[in-house]
Amino acid sequence: MNMPLDPADLHDCRDAFTSTLEALAAANSDIVAVCNDSVGSSKLGGFREKFPSRLINVGIAEQNMVGVGAGLANGGKLPFVCAASPFLTGRALEQIKADVAYSQANVKLVGISSGMAYGELGPTHHSIEDFAWIRALPGVPVIAPADRIETAAAVRWAADHDGPCFLRLSRVGVPDILPHDHVFELGKSNVLMEGGDITLIANGVLTHRALAAATLLEDRGLSARVLNMACVRPIDAEAIVQAASDTAAILTCEEHTIFGGLGSAVAEVVVDECPVPMKRLGVPGVFAHTASANRLLDDFGMSPEGIANSALELIDRKG
Amino acid sequence: MEAHDLRAIANRMRRRDLHAVYEAGAGHIGGEMSVTDLLTALYFHIMNVNPLEPRDPNRDRMVLSKGHAALALYVVLAEKGFIPKEELSTFLKPHSRLNGHPNCVKVPGVETNTGPLGHGLPVAVGMAKAAKLNGQRWRTFVIVGDGEMQEGSNWEAIMAAAQFELDNLTLIIDHNGLQQGARLAETNNIAPLAPKLNAFGWKVEEIDGHDMDQICKAVSVETTSKGKPKCVIAQTTKGQGISFMSDNVAWHHKVPNHEQFEQAMKELEEAANEYAP
Repeated sequence: MNMPLDPADLHDCRDAFTSTLEALAAANSDIVAVCNDSVGSSKLGGFREKFPSRLINVGIAEQNMVGVGAGLANGGKLPFVCAASPFLTGRALEQIKADVAYSQANVKLVGISSGMAYGELGPTHHSIEDFAWIRALPGVPVIAPADRIETAAAVRWAADHDGPCFLRLSRVGVPDILPHDHVFELGKSNVLMEGGDITLIANGVLTHRALAAATLLEDRGLSARVLNMACVRPIDAEAIVQAASDTAAILTCEEHTIFGGLGSAVAEVVVDECPVPMKRLGVPGVFAHTASANRLLDDFGMSPEGIANSALELIDRKG
Repeated sequence: MEAHDLRAIANRMRRRDLHAVYEAGAGHIGGEMSVTDLLTALYFHIMNVNPLEPRDPNRDRMVLSKGHAALALYVVLAEKGFIPKEELSTFLKPHSRLNGHPNCVKVPGVETNTGPLGHGLPVAVGMAKAAKLNGQRWRTFVIVGDGEMQEGSNWEAIMAAAQFELDNLTLIIDHNGLQQGARLAETNNIAPLAPKLNAFGWKVEEIDGHDMDQICKAVSVETTSKGKPKCVIAQTTKGQGISFMSDNVAWHHKVPNHEQFEQAMKELEEAANEYAP
């Protein structure tokens, strides 16, 4: 990616997740963490040290992990069930459906290293279907924070929220984007840049790329609105309708298959409420080739230049 | 409650269940008849539950993992006062909260939604773990079908329960030897179950799952073992109490016609006379 980013300015959102969880757990003894031998990859080492009895490691057994989470919630605990997102959402999908969503269990599902964070490990370890799978279940908010600030805000929100949710976190470094006093609001997107020629909608590790793309467009005399849309469900229909009305073109960017994720959720609103030219960037329905996460995003047309080029095509289309 | 009284209640539960299946034209009558004595013992002799406070944090928990036997649970919950008895006639009717598998969001007394097999035991492990973390003394019971033990998720939970030393957890296997399409032995013969559970670090007891004295003793707190989860393997008969349904794989979810209903009810009523005061 041809972005002038200093590695020192990039942050792993898992750190914000665990430091926030530890702070919340210090104040609320009902908070427990459940994991599948993923203490390291979920960065739960500090939690285990501070609250050894409240770190429940079920071993490599994701179906049991989610069921145990639902049972803990029934017993009055506030479980954060943490695992690599492909295994949490793929392996235990029926448990998420029946034990958590349908039972309305107060379980916080935390998909770690989602998207293509495990780049070179290949498609078994990619989680580019999780938006679609979890979004199909009633009553489970699907949230992909864009940076460490939004991650911390979403974790605090999740702890307060009475009901299940799915936090989709990455391990790929991202810069700070949102203001430090950001408060997460369910189903509300944030306008990061104002513009009138097109709207770029992104979340997770794509938000900062969309911002960089908007800067490139600016250099060409075009102004793009950039919406950070962490919530794939509930989707911020109001902001989408407004964007369609104001900019008449919408480009979505996501670290997910283009079938069923953020782009699909946005398109559903656009088709129903405000038809305008639109394009969905994402993984185009293939199992990814071998490459790092960032390289894969570039290869799938989601470098800042790639996003800007798609935006230009879309602006042309609206005539 | 005395075993004699429990038998009388179980007989009444069977008659209500049979009636509701006949009325609804659907149900899983074979497995409901096999699990009724277990549910009766738990709800009328063992468990601390209160229909006036169905979410009392200190209540005992019961998870019917074989959720397809929901009607047997509804009948017991109605008898306990969690739902009105008249409501049983709405079983499977449009918009009834009593659908074919229990729904904890809608039906007081139901702890978690079951239906897909292999879900109840992991959830029960979480419940028992919560009680341990809370330092509370309530107990967790979970009833699974024997065919259901073919689900891998159960064995994940069995490992975890032993690792977590959940001596406040009791797993009851309704071991009637039949699954939907055939005998266990002809399908995926996981029997004998006792040595397997033993090997996984559980305390195991095998009982006659229709003998009230044996059931009550096996699920009592006195027969738990410190640091070990307990498994009660209840030898049961699918279709128990109705001669032509007994141990007959055809009656997994068959519905009796009028003659069969009359015959079944007659048999259960004759048995009821034995328990008359």
